[in-house]
Amino acid sequence: MTETIDKGRRQLLTAATTLTGAVGVAFAAVPFLASWKPSARAKALGAPVEIDISKLEPGAMLKIEWRGKPVLVVRRTTEMIGRIGAHDDLLADPQSNASRQPEYARNPERAIRPEYLVMLGVCTHLGCLPQNRFEPGASADGVLTATWPGGFFCPCHGSKFDLAGRVFAGVPAPTNLEIPPYSFAGDTHVVIGLDPAKEA
Amino acid sequence: MAETKADAAPGEGRAARLGAWIDARFPASSMWQEHMSGYMAPKNFNFWYYFGSIALFVLALQIVTGIFLTMSYKPSATEAFGSVEYIMRDVEWGWLIRYLHSTGASAFFIVIYLHMFRALLYGSHRNPRELVWIFGVLIYLALMAEAFFGYLLPWGNMSYWGAQVIVSLFGTFPLIGDSLVEWIRGDYFISDITLNRFFALHVVALPLVLIFLVVAHLLALHEVGSNNPDGIEIKKNKGPDGRPLDGVAMHPYYTVKDIYGLSVFLVLFAGAVFFAPEMGGLFLEAPNFEPANPLLTPEHIAPVWYFTPYYAILRAVPAFLNTQVWGVLALFAAVLLLFFIPWLDRSPVRSIRYRGPIYKTALMIFAANFIMLGYCGLKPAVPPFTKMSVVGTIIYFAFFLLMPWYSRIDKVKPEPARVTQ
Repeated sequence: MTETIDKGRRQLLTAATTLTGAVGVAFAAVPFLASWKPSARAKALGAPVEIDISKLEPGAMLKIEWRGKPVLVVRRTTEMIGRIGAHDDLLADPQSNASRQPEYARNPERAIRPEYLVMLGVCTHLGCLPQNRFEPGASADGVLTATWPGGFFCPCHGSKFDLAGRVFAGVPAPTNLEIPPYSFAGDTHVVIGLDPAKEA
Repeated sequence: MAETKADAAPGEGRAARLGAWIDARFPASSMWQEHMSGYMAPKNFNFWYYFGSIALFVLALQIVTGIFLTMSYKPSATEAFGSVEYIMRDVEWGWLIRYLHSTGASAFFIVIYLHMFRALLYGSHRNPRELVWIFGVLIYLALMAEAFFGYLLPWGNMSYWGAQVIVSLFGTFPLIGDSLVEWIRGDYFISDITLNRFFALHVVALPLVLIFLVVAHLLALHEVGSNNPDGIEIKKNKGPDGRPLDGVAMHPYYTVKDIYGLSVFLVLFAGAVFFAPEMGGLFLEAPNFEPANPLLTPEHIAPVWYFTPYYAILRAVPAFLNTQVWGVLALFAAVLLLFFIPWLDRSPVRSIRYRGPIYKTALMIFAANFIMLGYCGLKPAVPPFTKMSVVGTIIYFAFFLLMPWYSRIDKVKPEPARVTQ
């Protein structure tokens, strides 16, 4: 018997073994990679929260925590709502086309009820917490000028948003502040994280 | 009979026989010979050649102090901040171990930056040392990841918001961004879960990667031999014994030199540890003396100094087409470009000593620009720093992307046949 090496056969077997092994490694990697996803407990803790807004004064802001993120609830006065529409030409996304909000909050006031603004206090640039600077006009620290219509200012990188959380053009933040899913439970409570029930 | 007598013989004979016994089972002597007593390094190493061995020392220091810190540290959101304070106040010598570790992190980057600058000065990345350089850049990347994960562990407010900003970078990628960020955090925000996994990566995964890469870096170096300030190959001039005429043995010549360099480094390092462990907010930032607070952003978020040049690049690129991803891509590109230097550099000579005025100017501008970018990254994003960051970013990229042209047209001086003193 002569010992000849069938190189083609050897190559095929090597390739097939390698491929089978690679598939096995890929399947074995799934549990490890998937273990990094939010756990059942993290998901449970991320459930909707209900907050009482009956004590919120007009013009005041409430800050609560939902899924570890600050949620801002602003009770806007009629005067504040009036200031929203006057500067669309200065905004990057006045119609909120590229921004994130539920469909029911995609309007100029970005709210279900114009009086209440419910919004994530997370700058769309890099996740800082924007400050409320509701007073129009130039500010004492010089970061806001006379044309400032009142809104939110991010202290990290200077992004500016109006009283509906819409971003001004020419700042680092690319989109408007995000509106989380929320709904009203009667007139006194807001539920963050829960869409309004569909009306039949 | 003779065997018994030899066994009873004192001292040297017994040690030599123990050595022979080991060598028959483990290549102790041959490894020592290959990497220390017989490794021929160029005899003209200068000041810039201290930093490799110092980096190795700092790595060992970080591992040892890190092991002792984990003995008292608790990787949970409720206990982490308190356990670091416990280490600082209640653990015997805990403050020293912690300050050695936190100062060691900054020292590591100072040493690595000087070590990398040495390579750019003398062309240490050039053929045939491309893999030495690539393993080195991988070490630098692993070190950045290690430092980033470690910075979250004290769970101070700057830890928290720094991690928030950096993790958010991955959220800018289209389509996959949000789920990617959720996957990295393991939660809907930076939480106990995130802290726990960053701890695992910081104390187990990345140190293993770092040690593996350092071994690969040194094996690749010892395979091709060290470069030197003249940038010429000492292997081209060998004596009758086959050893390079311009080489001296690593041990004892450079081990002794490196111990001297290390002692000077330790004086400076001890000065920082004992007198300025916070380094005026550069090594340990003020907001980090408050516990993490998801509802309170620090007035001004700046990363630790060693990341700030890249942070400035990130901020210099504006958002357009409704996405911030461009700054993130520029940030990654800025780091990844380092891998390509061996091929971007087309100069016929390696060392700055024989290069022309163009490369000398370019390198000096690059170094000054890198420091300026780092300064901008520490400052808030207001004029004049915004404009300086843009200019600095352009210079940073121009240094790399124009290198194939300016390094080729540069006037060079002839290289000597033998190393100079």
